[in-house]
Order: sequence, then structure tokens, then C-alpha cells
Amino acid sequence: MAMFMLFCMIYLIPGDPAAVALGPRATEAMREALHIKMGLDRPVWVQFLNFFTDAWTGDLGREVLSDRPVLDVVMEQLPHTLILIAGGIGWSVALGIPLGAWAALKRGSPAERIIGIASVAVIAIPSFVIAIYALLVFAVHLRWLPAIGAGEPGDFKDQAMHLILPSLAVGLGWVGYIARMVRASMLEVLEATHIRTARAFGLPERMITYRYALTIAILPTVTLLGVGIGHMLSSAVFAEIVFARPGVGKLVYDAILTRNYPLVTGGVLVTTVLFVLINLFADLVVGSLDPRVRSRF
Amino acid sequence: MGALGIALVVLMVAGAIFADLLSLYEPDRISPRDRFSAPSMEHFLGTDHLGRDLFARVLHGGRIALSVALSSILISLIIGVALGLVAGYGPRRLDNLMLLLLDSIKSFPTVMLALALVTLFGPSLTVVMVVVVLVTMPGYARIIRTQTLALKESEFVTAAISLGAGTPRILRVHIMPNVIGPLLILASMDIPVVIAIEAGMSFLGLGVRPPTPSWGAILNDGYAAIRESPWIVVAGGLPIIITTLGFTFLGETLRDVFDPRLDTRR
Repeated sequence: MAMFMLFCMIYLIPGDPAAVALGPRATEAMREALHIKMGLDRPVWVQFLNFFTDAWTGDLGREVLSDRPVLDVVMEQLPHTLILIAGGIGWSVALGIPLGAWAALKRGSPAERIIGIASVAVIAIPSFVIAIYALLVFAVHLRWLPAIGAGEPGDFKDQAMHLILPSLAVGLGWVGYIARMVRASMLEVLEATHIRTARAFGLPERMITYRYALTIAILPTVTLLGVGIGHMLSSAVFAEIVFARPGVGKLVYDAILTRNYPLVTGGVLVTTVLFVLINLFADLVVGSLDPRVRSRF
Repeated sequence: MGALGIALVVLMVAGAIFADLLSLYEPDRISPRDRFSAPSMEHFLGTDHLGRDLFARVLHGGRIALSVALSSILISLIIGVALGLVAGYGPRRLDNLMLLLLDSIKSFPTVMLALALVTLFGPSLTVVMVVVVLVTMPGYARIIRTQTLALKESEFVTAAISLGAGTPRILRVHIMPNVIGPLLILASMDIPVVIAIEAGMSFLGLGVRPPTPSWGAILNDGYAAIRESPWIVVAGGLPIIITTLGFTFLGETLRDVFDPRLDTRR
């Protein structure tokens, strides 16, 4: 379905991709030849069928400018985006779970209120504004961290330094979501009967909190992250553009500016498929973690 | 939290309405002599690379942000309610088809959808609004559909049918008033999301066309000069933060008041 919409989009795009690729000095004959090569001379339904079957076998066509297979170009950039999203998840889990658990334990205190308001705030502020302000404060003003690029290939420390700010921009909103989620489910779990039993047995409070309550309270986080990764894909596009990092988002953005349409559709298709797969994967992981969900299948 | 939200929203809306009175300059007036001047008593937020007064541009940008948000959410609500009613009250087959359609729209990540549409139609305010409608509408349609499905079997609808009421009358008089409440809360919480979409697309240069003042466009102008004159980025980002925070705080409070079941504070 998504593929059908994509195809309609490419077909409706004004302008001739062949003319764009060859530039203004191309002859009519050259344009004709490229038309035939790209299959643009055949009827629409044949074009669609070809696009569909090719995409199914992993062939997304060739990029207009360098004539490299689109899938190769996209796959080359994909790891950068995945690392960025993983970094974002890292931030959101590392900050969100402790803050949420802390807020639940300190119920009714000023700390809980502050965490509550701060979580709503970071959820509300759009990630690209966070990205630009982070760039301004930490990279331009304080000069603690590098501003652009992904770092030298092979130099792990350099790459990690380049990852901190963009991944913070991607993950900060989800710190808020996770903190709220963990707090709510922690409050629920702390009132559960097995916690009361553990208390009755005289187990130390620390052990009850970490071993029996928190392990259950963080389960919904996994589902939330499944949804979150899809949204982080969107934030990652902005983070890549703001911090001039390589990645699928920047690839598609640059391809739009240069009217490199096969690359646009290829990039959008790969991310969309990824989005669907991630959601499926998150569901499966929840099934394996929580026996109650699994037993329903 | 609610009071703070109202204060921020009022600040923003008043700024947008009285933009002409509050600012000393025209938002589009180019003045090469004042290029890149830092914030001062003359220019509260400084000027950009064309010497335009940023305070005036921020205030007028609020008009764009508000009008895009309100009008596109209104369109989205109308389409969403119509589709939801048809899917919920109409035949099963139509319902399934619509669910498929709505789900496949939702399966695109927002930014990718925006990028694809801009490739297709070129950057414009209309495309921004189409993106907003596509992003928010499926949620509205789904809520309406679920509620309609539940109400369809209720006794007062059966009673209306047996009294000989036609389908349009049932939908309008008996179902609509019962499903619209939660929808409005949802829509009010979408306002900051929509403002973020407009600003984000304009930031990428894929939204409003220059020289229209938009917060995203100001950020875009400032991003190029972030090292030399950081106040441009600050001027573009602050109103976005104020507005999204204001509407979100307000929306959260409204939701807690009108729908105690969803109260996260318990």
C-alpha cells in the first residue's frame, strides 16, 4: 500500500528525471536512451509492476547522478542513522528510567513535581529546536563538543564525541515519555500484592524497589520505545541536518534539493519498511519479556 | 501548570494579534545598514542577515503559526469526523477499507511523508497543511469510528431508527454530540505538534516561502550564521518553545479536568 502511494508520487512528480540527470546540454538522443534504460517509455502499469517486483527483490533502481544502485547508497548511510537512534535510546533510557523511578518513590515531593513538569516540557519542545540550541550552547558557545560531522572513521573516541549532542537531541523528548511511563507503572506496581508480600517477609526496601518493583515497572518502556524509534527516525532527520551528520535523513534531504528522485523514494521506502519492522520487533520482545502477553497468542 | 500554560498562550496569541502595534518595524523591511546587529533597545531581538527586525518577524511569525495550526486542524477535524462516522456507521466492507487506508497513511514517519510531498508539489504553505491533515486526521477518524461503533448498538439509536429517523439525522442528532467531546481535547493537544511541524518544515526550507516571516524560517536564516550572530537562532527558537510549552501545559490541564480517567497523577 505504501509502495503504491510512493509510485504514484514518483509518477506525478513534475519534470523529467532523465532531463534532470543529464543536465541542460544533453541531446534528444541521449535523453531517449536514458528513458529506455529507466523504463520510462513503457506503459504506466508496466512501470508500476516493474517497480513493485524490483523493490520486492531489493532492487530500488539506480541513483540518477552517479548511477550507483539506490539500495547500496541508502544502506551505506543507514548505519549512521541507526547509531544515532541507538544513542537517542541510550539517553532516554539512561535518564528516563531513573528519573521516573525516583519520582515514583518520592511521591508528593517537590522533586516529583519538577520531574513531572520537566518531562512534559521536553516532550513538547520540538527536537530540532533542542538540536539547534544544543549546538549553540555546547558546540558554538562553550566549545565542549564538536559541532558537525560524524567524526573520523575508525577513531572511536572522536566518533563518540560527535554522537553526544545529536543523540541527545533525538532522545531528550523520550526521556520525558519514559520518565512518565516508568513513574506511572512504578506507582501501580508498588501497590501490587507481591510487593506487600515481600514487605511482609521483611525484605530490605532497597531490594524490593530494585529487584521486584523496577523490573516489572520498566516492561511497558519496551513497547513505548518500539513506537518511539519510529518517531526518533523523524527527529534523526533533523538532527542529521542540523549537525551535518551523514545518514538516511540527510541523504533524502540532499536528494530532494538535487532532484535525485530514485534516491528519495528509495530512502523513504527503506525507512518506512524499517519503521514497520521495528514496531513488529518491539511487539515480539514484549511477548518474550511478559508471559501474560505471550499466552494470548 | 495550567495557569502557566494559559499565561504563555495568552502572551503568544496577544503578540500575534497585536503584532502591528507592538513592533516598531515592518517584518519584511530590509535595511542593509543594520545587518547582524545584536539585541538592543532599538531592536529587542536584534536583526538578521538582511537587517530585518527580528522582534517584528517573531510577532508576525506567530500569525502564520497560529493560522496554519488552527485552519489545518479544523480541516483535519472535518475530514476525520466524516470518515470516522462513515467507517463506524457504514457497512463492514467500507470500514475495513478505510482502516487499511488510515493505517497505511500512518505507516509513514512524519518527516519522510513531508519530504516526499514536498518533492512532489514543491514547498508551499498548502503542502504544510496537507502534511498536518495527513498526520493528525487518522487519529481523529479512529476515535470517532470506535465511539460510533459502540453507540451504533445503543438503545437510543435503535429507538431513533424504529421511530423512522434517517441515517443523516441519526448521525447528526444522536451520534455526533456524543463523540465530539474527547475529539476536541485531542485536537487541542495537537496544536503544539502542528506548530512544530510547520516550524520544522520551514526550518528545512520546505515550508513557507521567503520572505514570509515564520519561526522556522528565522531559525533557518540564523543557522547559517550561528557562530557570528547567535541571537537570530535564539529569536527563532524562543517563540516555538514558549508556544509549544504553553499549549501543552494547557492541554494537559484541560485533559485532567475533563477526563479524570486519563489522569496520570492518580
